Amino acid sequence: MTDFIATAPMNTARPGLLKRIRTKVPFLVILSLLWLSLMILVALLTDWVRPYPVTKMDLSARLAVPGTPGHWLGTDELGRDVLSRLMQSIRVSLVIAFGATALSAVFGTTLGFLAARFRGIVEHLVLTLADFQAALPFMILALSVLAFFGSSLTLLVFLMGFYGWERYARIARGLAISAGAQGYAAAVVQLGATPARIYLKHILPNVASTLIVSMTLTFPEIILMESGLSFLGLGVQPPETSLGNMVGFGREYLTRAPWIMLAPALVVMLTTLSISLAGDWLRDRLDPTVR
Amino acid sequence: MTALLEAADLVRVYEVQRGLLAKPAFVRAVDGVSLAVSAGETLGIVGESGSGKSTLGRVLLGIDPAAGGQVLFSGKPMPARGTPEWRKLRAQMQLVFQDPLAALDRRLPIAEQIGEPLIIHGLVAKADVKDRVSELMAAVGLRRDQAERYPHELSGGQRQRVVIARALATEPKLLVCDEPVSALDVSIQAQVVNLLRDLQDRHGLAMVFISHDLKVVRNIADRVAVMYLGRIVEEASSEDIFVKPLHPYTQALVSSVPVPGRRLKSRIILQGEPPNPAKRPSGCAFHPRCPMAQPPCRTSIPALRTLESKRAAACLLLDRSEVPLVT
Repeated sequence: MTDFIATAPMNTARPGLLKRIRTKVPFLVILSLLWLSLMILVALLTDWVRPYPVTKMDLSARLAVPGTPGHWLGTDELGRDVLSRLMQSIRVSLVIAFGATALSAVFGTTLGFLAARFRGIVEHLVLTLADFQAALPFMILALSVLAFFGSSLTLLVFLMGFYGWERYARIARGLAISAGAQGYAAAVVQLGATPARIYLKHILPNVASTLIVSMTLTFPEIILMESGLSFLGLGVQPPETSLGNMVGFGREYLTRAPWIMLAPALVVMLTTLSISLAGDWLRDRLDPTVR
Repeated sequence: MTALLEAADLVRVYEVQRGLLAKPAFVRAVDGVSLAVSAGETLGIVGESGSGKSTLGRVLLGIDPAAGGQVLFSGKPMPARGTPEWRKLRAQMQLVFQDPLAALDRRLPIAEQIGEPLIIHGLVAKADVKDRVSELMAAVGLRRDQAERYPHELSGGQRQRVVIARALATEPKLLVCDEPVSALDVSIQAQVVNLLRDLQDRHGLAMVFISHDLKVVRNIADRVAVMYLGRIVEEASSEDIFVKPLHPYTQALVSSVPVPGRRLKSRIILQGEPPNPAKRPSGCAFHPRCPMAQPPCRTSIPALRTLESKRAAACLLLDRSEVPLVT
């Protein structure tokens, strides 16, 4: 009782920063944000924090189980440290996923806005391209491009950047057209604003929440797509490593050394889940009418 | 006196698609309207829903293209919509919308929206925008601490003040108000109308006030044009039109305005709906509902004729000097 009286005024007087964050941000979102920042930190600092170079082999410690001193996540079939390789993979996969998501969002949204702005032939062209993209299995497109040009990280980012752009284009076009019919865009036109101002300053922020949701959907898909391509041997090439690449090569040892494959698979799963959770939360935060 | 805004024989046609195979119908939403507004004057435009008054307002501002006729602003023809000249002209003419919530961007604080025309037209140095916005907010009666609010956090009347402040930011010469108070409740209506009158007195701007509410129009307009099915059927000074309406349609409208302390005994109740604009009645468009229709009304279209001093009406009965009056 005395405790309660003593502590109560302190709590009501000034909630600490941590407490304020905890009451405003759901617990799961905090977890996912923490996980994402950990991933980004790892990606940035991997050169300094990873215990071994990714290609360093130690044939005397092949297939060491996780928990082995010096190899906390074990080693693979060539005695390479799984933790070190995992860190490098996170960097490569995140670069591809972030780069590609940003590319496809910008590309798709721009085309969608152009279609909405000019209508007519431009709109038909964009929609035909979008239909074409949607009808073509992306994996086949990616395989043929990679088979032709060989695989490099830049090419991979650009190729993945074409994944999902048609969704942004369709969404952006539809939303921009309906926004144009609504009052606020018409009102700004009437104020004498240039189309660039109308689209970038008014329509884009208003439709951003939908595009962000779409981005949170595309991001995991790109990670999975890259994993798939690497798994097929056309994505990131050894000795470079990525999450999908690790899963692909770890497959053969699934029964004897499942950790080689489970560690990157778990990272893929947790990262995509975190992106979805954080994206959902971010969408609500960015909308002043929901706050 | 040269008029600030002059419109001659304006026509605006909408194409209405009826079904997949049917021929499209053409609706003449505005059909041969001529009018003039001088600086500092308020022209009220009244009429039923669908009479084409909002379309007329948009054509006057050059937001909708006219299919025929032309609009002169300060003696110069209206540039085509979307051209740089057209955009530049927006600083001189502004529109106040019916639904203020729809006309405002819900993601921007109101101060930013009020200052937007200033930035678009580069009228005020970036550093001074904030001061000018506070000035405008004070002029329309918004508190300074509301500057960072979002539109949905304000009441309907406050939102309409924001729209008016934004419209006045560039100090336009012409303000077209499209039903600015019909979405507001009565006590707020009076505030907004008084605000518009004050601002007009202070800045001497010309105003086109579109409304279906005769009480409000009577309160604010110097001259009133009555529209029926895309045409002006009567135009006169505000005083004349409410005291002595000449056209039977105007008479019906005026008789429907309640006067405090008097029973509505001589109210003329119009029969039926306004006709479909795609199927205009022959002759005088009003004849199917007109209580005084004569056989010639079915066949010949009455022209808007100038009568007495500075007033005009379009009715065949008036031509025969059988002026039907409501006493």
